[in-house]
Amino acid sequence: MNDIKMKVNGREVTGSVEGRTLLVEFLRNDLRLTGTHVGCDTSQCGACLVHVDGEVVKACSMFAAEADGREVTTIEGMANADGSLNTIQQAFQDHHGLQCGFCTPGMVMAATTLLRDNPKPSETDIREYLDGNICRCTGYHNIVKAIMAASGQEVDRAALAAE
Amino acid sequence: MPKDGGIGDSTRRREDIRFLTGAGRYSDDINVHGQTYAHFVRSDVAHGRIRSIDVAGAEAMPGVLKVFTSKDFEGAGGVPCGWLITSRDGTPMQEPKHPILAEGKVRHVGDPIAVVVAETKAQARDAADALEIDIEMLDAACDMKAALEDGAPRVHDDLSSNLCYDWGFVEDNREAVDEAIKAAAHVTTLELVNNRLVANPMEPRVAIGEYNPATDEHTLYTTSQNPHVIRLLMGAFVLNIPEHKLRVVAPDVGGGFGTKIFHYAEEAFVTFAAKALRRPVKWTSSRSEAFMSDAHGRDHVTKIELALDADNNFTALRTTTLANMGAYLSTFAPSVPTWLHGTLMAGNYKTPLIYVNVKAVFTNTVPVDAYRGAGRPEATFQLERVVDKAARELGVSPVELRRQNFITAFPYATPVAVEYDTGNYHATMDKLLELSDYSGFETRATDSKSRGKLRGFGIAHYIEACGIAPSNLVGQLGARAGLYESATVRVNATGSISVMTGSHSHGQGHETTFAQVISEMIGIDASQVDIVHGDTARTPMGMGTYGSRSIAVGGSAMVRAAEKVIAKAKRIAAHLMEASEGDIELKDGQFTIAGTDKSVAWGDVTLAAYVPHNYPLEEIEPGLEETAFYDPANFTYPSGGYGCEVEVDPETGHVKVLAFTAADDFGNVINPMIVDGQVHGGVAQGIGQAMMENCAYDAEGQLISASYMDYAMPRAGDVPMFTVDASCATPCTHNPLGVKGCGEAGAIGSPPAVVNAVIDALQRGGYDVGHIDMPLIPSRVWQAIQDATAAKR
Ligand code: FES
Ligand code: FES
Repeated sequence: MNDIKMKVNGREVTGSVEGRTLLVEFLRNDLRLTGTHVGCDTSQCGACLVHVDGEVVKACSMFAAEADGREVTTIEGMANADGSLNTIQQAFQDHHGLQCGFCTPGMVMAATTLLRDNPKPSETDIREYLDGNICRCTGYHNIVKAIMAASGQEVDRAALAAE
Repeated sequence: MPKDGGIGDSTRRREDIRFLTGAGRYSDDINVHGQTYAHFVRSDVAHGRIRSIDVAGAEAMPGVLKVFTSKDFEGAGGVPCGWLITSRDGTPMQEPKHPILAEGKVRHVGDPIAVVVAETKAQARDAADALEIDIEMLDAACDMKAALEDGAPRVHDDLSSNLCYDWGFVEDNREAVDEAIKAAAHVTTLELVNNRLVANPMEPRVAIGEYNPATDEHTLYTTSQNPHVIRLLMGAFVLNIPEHKLRVVAPDVGGGFGTKIFHYAEEAFVTFAAKALRRPVKWTSSRSEAFMSDAHGRDHVTKIELALDADNNFTALRTTTLANMGAYLSTFAPSVPTWLHGTLMAGNYKTPLIYVNVKAVFTNTVPVDAYRGAGRPEATFQLERVVDKAARELGVSPVELRRQNFITAFPYATPVAVEYDTGNYHATMDKLLELSDYSGFETRATDSKSRGKLRGFGIAHYIEACGIAPSNLVGQLGARAGLYESATVRVNATGSISVMTGSHSHGQGHETTFAQVISEMIGIDASQVDIVHGDTARTPMGMGTYGSRSIAVGGSAMVRAAEKVIAKAKRIAAHLMEASEGDIELKDGQFTIAGTDKSVAWGDVTLAAYVPHNYPLEEIEPGLEETAFYDPANFTYPSGGYGCEVEVDPETGHVKVLAFTAADDFGNVINPMIVDGQVHGGVAQGIGQAMMENCAYDAEGQLISASYMDYAMPRAGDVPMFTVDASCATPCTHNPLGVKGCGEAGAIGSPPAVVNAVIDALQRGGYDVGHIDMPLIPSRVWQAIQDATAAKR
């Protein structure tokens, strides 16, 4: 067993994990942060995306021990300080960018780093960036729209088709 | 203008708040105190005889409570099938036993053989490796045609063959159809495959069993679209637990698409084991496990013939299908290729004579059952492909050939037993052509050509049948269930409302849309209305959500219950205002005496109902809570026209979907934003089927597409922005909201539109390709181009 210590959503946490324990298992089972989901076992779906030291990481493909000493942010740490939805979350609600909600935490985590690195992405930029995130419900249309809107760009179809 | 939060308003979804903040409560998020973990050990061969299972080594491993095998289930029932089909010769279908754990034989890759239950997940997994299972491999029956031949390996030794049933519909039309085809001026024939798919909701299945010895009560948490159906099937047919001792909870469910309708062995297992071990038992499927244990979809092999007279009128249609059932009959499997498929073969057309023959076949593959659309995509695909092929053979426009044969007068009784109440197929065609800029297509095609690409446009017109009903009819057709829906409208003393619905939301947004309906009916703010679903302890017996039935059947039940509530509230209001009941009107949450300004508020009436001091107790009971069960008089019939524009690279066979347009008729719409979203998702799944998804077995029955490495799921870059429109509405005539249902349309109408577009592109490029089977991956398209080129030489 390894003793680990990390900052999760701004809070110091400690734990004792086996070497094979995945970060996503530690988050879900030990910390009971169940907003991070598991949709596959081949690192293909992105339902488990979190930020580690500010970068997107598939929490199913990192051992908990590897996150020792680092800063982790999960979907539970994304809302505004007063609990209201942040800009990206609000855009997902406004544009119906989610249905069952299972892929949603991963989508929001991905959208956050995308917009940090590329504040005015094109439709193609968004679609390429989301290559590692599968959504079975929305057909991606409204996810693309939501991310466009969160970036402050026009979201009507004409604008999207014009590029 | 719809009122805020009322019918027709694109109200933002209230459930989104919890999903967007990680506060959803999906089954795997639930942990029960003292829970243990189940690990299923599954067959890695398609067909084999179990010689022995030695559990001793595994049971001695750390943390292991017990290893279960079929021996532990002697006396329990098998997993039941909910639909009986009768063959053409009048005999009932062959119905093999579907044991919870394999008895004697394994019949598909993924068939569960044993289950290890341990203190931790890792311990259960480790102990599974220590199990000693000796299996004698047998030849497998995989290909449907081969499985029906004499001497084929038998999936079930106790059945007379691998034929489940041989269904003819309408049998009385058979000869007349044969004659009409013989006499036709032109017959277009097409042989095609509707590829096997895996539904792949993003949330894998989960089941948690809990038992309370003090009260003898069982609780099952499960990822289900219909908790009451699971309670009935599992309680009555598998484990013999009376319903009042069994609670089934389906909390937030991460997508279903059909595959979470069915009762699965894992649900029965955890319920059984929790009592046997006196400990809660949890099972969470991995994705790889899901590929070999979730029921698959589609998998039809079909020959269709369309007969036309000299004026291009459709005169007859004959279709022959082999439908794969897999190794066992999943809950509704037999109904999919029959009643959900044959009855839709008229499509949008007034073909007078139709005959459908379906042979259902057992194979050594995962069971096949309903997947988004269930039977209707299979019907639509073959029909819309053959119509397109006929247009090409006859040298007429596919638009005009369709228009010429459209049904225009409603109600319309088809020759395949159903009666369409409303529709306007020319309107959806007009809308489709307008929104897709059909008239500008040639210019775009020229542009593609200048870049060395082939552009094509494909059309498909679909008909759907939603809200399958009425119960007494479907009972005659072999359903072993009722198909009503229920709702309880509970008004609280201060006027807020809880609606308990038998429908279930796993992404559709019931909590928002159902509240919109109540808000509109009563005139109170939607925030005063809560929708409760997914728990048999809290909701009346209902049939759940599938077949695009929620608003048409569940919504109707809720309207009926709300009408009863309003009727009673009006009587109370009449008493309070000393007026006669007939003069009371309810508007915007106020009861008024017609023609006066005398009124009493909703909250005053509800308070009077629960604090009945000034109240006619001898005439009216206190309280304000009503339940309704709604059994529809007919199906509803959404329809629409879909258009797809593609570009094919003739050098590589690569296809790009450039644009997709959907013009739907869903009748009245409660929340346009949500309805559009349903179409987007359905279309993406249809494009997935047409372009990339394929569940593949090799000749030995090995599942070779068993993870996201090998099964291609549509990703953001694989689909375009969609243009969707639901303005061509002809309201349903027989339900109170005039609604039709929208959940499956996208997946039904899109595959033929995509394939028609690719064939159109190839034909325009001078390649005489008649058909390519889905998925249209580059190698298949490239091969078709090579074959067409060789044929020309
Ligand atoms: S669960 Fe991590 S990528 Fe699928
Ligand atoms: S919203 Fe269901 S998977 Fe994306």
